[in-house]
Amino acid sequence: MMQTAALALAVPCAAILLGGLLSGIDRRLTARLQSRQGPPLSQPFLDVIKLMAKERMVTNPWQAFSPVASLGAAAFALVFFALQGDLLVILFVHMVGGVFLVLGAMASPSPYSQTASQRELWQMLSCETLLFLIAGALYLTTGSFRLSELSALPEPLLYRLPLLFAAFFFALTVKMRKSPFDLAGCHHAHQELVRGVFTEYVGPYLGLLEIAHWLDIVLYLAICSLFWATSTPAMILLPLAAFLAVIMLDNVAARLTWRWMLGWGWGAAFVLSALNLSWLKG
Amino acid sequence: MGLIDKLISTARRRSPWLLHFDCGSCNGCDIETLACLTPVYDVERFGVVNVGNPKHADILLVTGTVNLRNREVLTVLFEQMPEPKVVVAIGACGLSGGIFREAPNVVGGVDKVIPVDVYVPGCPARPEAIIDGVVLALEKFREKSKGKGEGK
Ligand code: SF4
Repeated sequence: MMQTAALALAVPCAAILLGGLLSGIDRRLTARLQSRQGPPLSQPFLDVIKLMAKERMVTNPWQAFSPVASLGAAAFALVFFALQGDLLVILFVHMVGGVFLVLGAMASPSPYSQTASQRELWQMLSCETLLFLIAGALYLTTGSFRLSELSALPEPLLYRLPLLFAAFFFALTVKMRKSPFDLAGCHHAHQELVRGVFTEYVGPYLGLLEIAHWLDIVLYLAICSLFWATSTPAMILLPLAAFLAVIMLDNVAARLTWRWMLGWGWGAAFVLSALNLSWLKG
Repeated sequence: MGLIDKLISTARRRSPWLLHFDCGSCNGCDIETLACLTPVYDVERFGVVNVGNPKHADILLVTGTVNLRNREVLTVLFEQMPEPKVVVAIGACGLSGGIFREAPNVVGGVDKVIPVDVYVPGCPARPEAIIDGVVLALEKFREKSKGKGEGK
């Protein structure tokens, strides 16, 4: 019991540090790829601290509640993951965070925030379905949705689910808010629809959402590590490689429209996943 | 509390997000302002981000004269920015109305409508002067954390 409580406290804190650091690496790497020096690694933390100390402004109470709920859901999902819980529960809790983000954004009549909210819903629809397919694949291989079963597997999941991993990579680019699928709020400041779903969130609320975003990325990278859960070095290297690949892609790709995203998400990624699942069964 | 205050003040100085508003400029000052913000100078090194949303901005850069039409826009932009915030007026026009000051529709400098913290002279203001002004604005931004600007 004590151990669980300690874990519930330590995991989100560690994830915040890791997520902020990853965001710093991302900004610096992106700058280097554009022949710039880039900000220091601590920049994301400085940004969040500054935002936290700004004035609280809301046009609707939902904008104050949603970031807290969103952050809470992201933290809970990570704790469940650390406890090696049920992947379905983790995904549902994680989704709640996304829903609150949209709720808060929709509570304002701003057209930027409204349009971006619609796009965010499309993104969730195309990305979360893929994650549930991964959960399904987990069930088909281990006979359970629990993550604890994974380490008992004789060979990495990636050998059996290569196509599903490709589909997961698509979901990762969407979740990290990176080109070509950063339609509902670009990770870089103010490129698409001003700041997309984040447009109407001010100061501390924006800061909370930024932290929630870090936690989401850490969760996705943790899910990524499941694909090679049999060895510890691979569990670190595989997510790292995926993370770097997303940043590279972000720097070479232009932004696509939401129709393209649906085409890729439901067309390509969905077909790949279904194909993978079908041979898993047979 | 001392440590937290110090942390906040450092974070403020190293993470200024700028909003640039072309009030009624001839575009001379805008070209100079945007030149400072291009990747060539890489101001992101210092945490500076050029934002397009007053709700996320810390420093408002205003170029050009204020006229009867756009004074309302300027006020709204200023009011939408959360405290603490700093305003930098750029160019002779932003300071006093410049060569347009006698036009019938011109109200005058930016400080006729909103409080200005830093004045950057020049026609157009030189990029070096603008960067100088932003650095000065950073100091003011940090100072405001001690005074009335404390976020609440
Ligand atoms: S100060 Fe000079 S360059 Fe700047 S907007 Fe006015 S007229 Fe144009």
